[in-house]
Amino acid sequence: MIDAKIPSGNLADKWSNYKDSSKLINPANRKKLDIIVVGTGLAGSSCAATLAEQGYNVKSFCFQDSARRAHSVAAQGGVNAAKNYKNDGDSVYRMFYDTIKGGDFRSREANVYRLAECSLALIDQAVAQGVPFAREYGGYLNNRSFGGVQVSRTFYARGQTGQQLMIGAYQALMRQVSAGKVKTYTRHEMLDLVLVEGKARGIIARNLETGAIERHAAHAVVLATGGYGKVYYLSTLAMGCNSSAIWRAHKKGAFMSGVSWIQFHPTCLPQIGETQSKLTLMSESLRNDGRIWVPKKAGDDRVPNDIPEEERDYYLERRYPTFGNLSPRDISSRAAKERIDAGCGVGPMKNAVCLDFSKAIKEQGRDKIEEKYGNLFRMYDKINGVDAYKEPMLISPAAHFTMGGLWVNYDLMTTIPGLFALGEANFSDHGANRLGANSLLQSCVDGYFIAPYTIPNYLSGELKTEKITTEHVAFAIAENNVRAELNQFLNRKGHLSADYFHKTLGKLLYDKCGLSRTKESLEAAIIEIKALKKSFDTDLNITGDEQINAELEKAGRVSDFLELGELMCHDALQRDESCGAHFREEYQTSDGEAVRNDQDFCFVSAWEWKGKGTAPELHKEPLVFETVQLTVRSYK
Amino acid sequence: MKQTTLTYKLVMAATGLFLCFFLVIHLLGNLQLLLPASEAREQFNWYSHLLSGNILINIISYVLYLSLIGHAIYALIITNKNAAASGQKYVYDKRSEVSSWNSRNMGILGTIILIFLVIHFKDYWYVYKFGYLPLDAKGNKDLYAIVNQSFQQGWYIIIYELSFIALGFHLLHGFFSASRTLGLYHPKYSKWVRVFGWMYSLAITLGFMLIPIYIYFNLNAL
Amino acid sequence: MKLYLKVWRQEDREAKGDLVSYEVDGISEHMSFLEMLDLLNERLIGKGERVIEFDHDCREGICGACGMMINGRAHGPLTGTTTCQLHMRSFKDGETVYIEPFRAAAFPVLRDLKIDRSAFDHIIQSGGYISASTGQAPESNSIPIAHEVTEAAFDAAACIGCGACVATCKNSSAALFTSAKISHLVLLPQGKLESADRVINMVAQMDAEGFGHCSNTEACEVECPQQISVLHIGRMNYEYSKALVFRK
Repeated sequence: MIDAKIPSGNLADKWSNYKDSSKLINPANRKKLDIIVVGTGLAGSSCAATLAEQGYNVKSFCFQDSARRAHSVAAQGGVNAAKNYKNDGDSVYRMFYDTIKGGDFRSREANVYRLAECSLALIDQAVAQGVPFAREYGGYLNNRSFGGVQVSRTFYARGQTGQQLMIGAYQALMRQVSAGKVKTYTRHEMLDLVLVEGKARGIIARNLETGAIERHAAHAVVLATGGYGKVYYLSTLAMGCNSSAIWRAHKKGAFMSGVSWIQFHPTCLPQIGETQSKLTLMSESLRNDGRIWVPKKAGDDRVPNDIPEEERDYYLERRYPTFGNLSPRDISSRAAKERIDAGCGVGPMKNAVCLDFSKAIKEQGRDKIEEKYGNLFRMYDKINGVDAYKEPMLISPAAHFTMGGLWVNYDLMTTIPGLFALGEANFSDHGANRLGANSLLQSCVDGYFIAPYTIPNYLSGELKTEKITTEHVAFAIAENNVRAELNQFLNRKGHLSADYFHKTLGKLLYDKCGLSRTKESLEAAIIEIKALKKSFDTDLNITGDEQINAELEKAGRVSDFLELGELMCHDALQRDESCGAHFREEYQTSDGEAVRNDQDFCFVSAWEWKGKGTAPELHKEPLVFETVQLTVRSYK
Repeated sequence: MKQTTLTYKLVMAATGLFLCFFLVIHLLGNLQLLLPASEAREQFNWYSHLLSGNILINIISYVLYLSLIGHAIYALIITNKNAAASGQKYVYDKRSEVSSWNSRNMGILGTIILIFLVIHFKDYWYVYKFGYLPLDAKGNKDLYAIVNQSFQQGWYIIIYELSFIALGFHLLHGFFSASRTLGLYHPKYSKWVRVFGWMYSLAITLGFMLIPIYIYFNLNAL
Repeated sequence: MKLYLKVWRQEDREAKGDLVSYEVDGISEHMSFLEMLDLLNERLIGKGERVIEFDHDCREGICGACGMMINGRAHGPLTGTTTCQLHMRSFKDGETVYIEPFRAAAFPVLRDLKIDRSAFDHIIQSGGYISASTGQAPESNSIPIAHEVTEAAFDAAACIGCGACVATCKNSSAALFTSAKISHLVLLPQGKLESADRVINMVAQMDAEGFGHCSNTEACEVECPQQISVLHIGRMNYEYSKALVFRK
């Protein structure tokens, strides 16, 4: 049993209570404390900037060439906040409830409530930074609705909300760089975490330009390195997204949770060929006006526009009349897979469904649709060479967001003291399924409003610690291990590329630990991954030198993905229920809805690394619901 | 204060626009050459005399010289800096596909104009100021005669016409570019200025081009 | 289809680079340009050669990491498109394609097609932000901002920092990048307060990084994947002159 250290008091008062009683550090002492923040996405940038504003010395790392490029930029749709500007009955509590329910009751009440509570301040903060959220003609902020909820609480900046929030956080970070409080290390990849006497005290990073292996020490380490959906190779993620930072922390003792809870986004572009590297996301906001359908008849070869209205199956509207096309992502994706598997898929590989705007264009006019989604239609045209004003978009579910990640307590601290995990890198707030527009929210809230309270609370106990230096033997050992591994990769002269292993692993996971899983598929996957790993150890071919070398970077990442993939399967196998994104075919109703098992699985699984070749050990954090009633999650 | 890329360009814009203004005055003056021959001589010579004698005009002419020199020197400095900023050249370069030819070649156009100005100054300005000129009936220096003389030579006209074409392209980009450098950013007015710039460049260029041809054919017709 | 590539290969910052020829067949028109390079790299690995290094990340046109000169044009033959969103249907079978890094003195080549664009970060550091620390923000609806003002600010803020504007500029000027940020922030009431210092400092930094002068050829707007308007450059000039006159 592990303790999440949730503060006492009423649900609504917990965060206030925490803040009132957390320990403070006086400004003169803050200058003496160093903090490493790995990752410069929304969580990393906002956390680094805010800590620097408070007076701490921050070192910020990212593998990209600039802090501005982290994959937060790709979030399109928006960010939720319970401002209730639309006067449609929203409140902090309702947002909390929607999120808990959306997560299929597999997240902590206290964390989720705090998320909803802090959402208010986030919008204020972003606007103050100059984020150009959409506004009504009167000059006040506008909202739209998103999947899984019945109020309009999503703030947005056209189809680039993530990019705009990211620019705000990046600029805040750059401001602190110019103030001398943050030092940025771009083109640097964290390759190991360094523990001194059981506490996180630094990292080993590789300079991706020169190849230098560097030691960096600090009083606390923050990982804000995003999700690992790229484990599937084909995903909505950026090519560089990886699990290495969190995985290496995991191997140093940090537990991983909800590892197999990976959201498949329902509105992505389908795969059309073997050399494809990416499944581009089309904002979920499209579902506000687009209707999703497939032909009623399996194997219908007509082009979508030739299929008459009465032969179309608007399966979301049919199955979920209340939420219809705005059903949550896990439900929509699974419904799409169900139809595709039934042979009703469209497109050249029969792996897609139609997202149709003809009704919306007829009702609202093309101009209105263009104003709302113009950039998305342009993007669709750019990638496919198809005009979606004239024919339906073809979309398909794709691996997108990892609800799982490093286990953290209420302080966002992992099981390693002094190691914090923020944003998508942690598991905390979304349970088994994330609601649309909650991802930007969580990463920002973690970085701007939570970690800047909880990290000082931890650091207050570190004031007496002597200045951490990189001379400590723990750094030397970690550095040697990193060097040894890199040399091993460079000397592997097999005949297969890192991408080959990545793609093979991805396909395997898509089939056996993807949108749906079974006991058999997972057991088979574990064996196959083990075999693949073995082949990776001998057949990998890495060319180039130790300086800039994309293949060397990939080798480390794929090596970690292989181990992570195995843990995903263990995690999915252990959970004998269906919840949120985790759909075990054995546990479903006769009409295909997920069957949750609150009796036996109302807990967070936290996995401990037990060494190579040894099965991971499961720890449980029971989920205690004091406020909400666990119900069957229905969107019918 | 230290000069920046923007202040350099401000000097280019300010001097350039002053030269644009001067061109209007210059063209208006020269249009007197189109008057019937009898009137043209006295009118043009009187005007030339007026320009050389007036203190205000003298001051303006010094501003003009400064503008010319400043415009040229700054252009040289900017060109050098730009070359340094560009670093290594592209092996295969098709960047020209996305911008107009004249906007990329203001330096070449400017050099043509500069060479022209040397000739132009030598033949008229220098002769008028320091050379010997006969007087006309009113006792003014007879610049008109010199002008008529020079424009009887075909090659001289060709130099002039080619230079005016270069000037036209230079103005076409220069006028609007100056407005941008001075900070015009409103979409509507930017468009208007662009249209005005076109009309201005066309008027100035055609105006100047007309005069030598008119004189040439007018004289040869006599 | 089959292409004849001429790719810039350069070992490191100091090394002298050169174009190297490659023949790539089996290209599908649905591939993105970067996937075509992936394919080539996969084959280079098979031959035990060092892969062609290039920056890329999101592959959906928003992160700004990718960028190369393709047949002498920034991000290739299409306008308003990042390299990752360029697809092979824009090329003809048997075509020769030149691939070079974005070039500017301020963007040194690191290896092959990878360049160092940290100069852009330095420009932002010099003032491309609103000084609003976490916790200082007032209620977001307390400052109404007209719809068209927000939209205009968004247009400027859409810059992804890819550097195509610099690469395509005959003077390697960063005027579009810098002005877009100045325009974004000065349009908003929150950003107006610091506008004079911001424009002076950012322009000074832009110069210090070694970027050239803006000649208003407007090539940058054409190649910009976000089609940022050159009118922002006008706005920067306006703000700059205003600051020169009124700044205390």
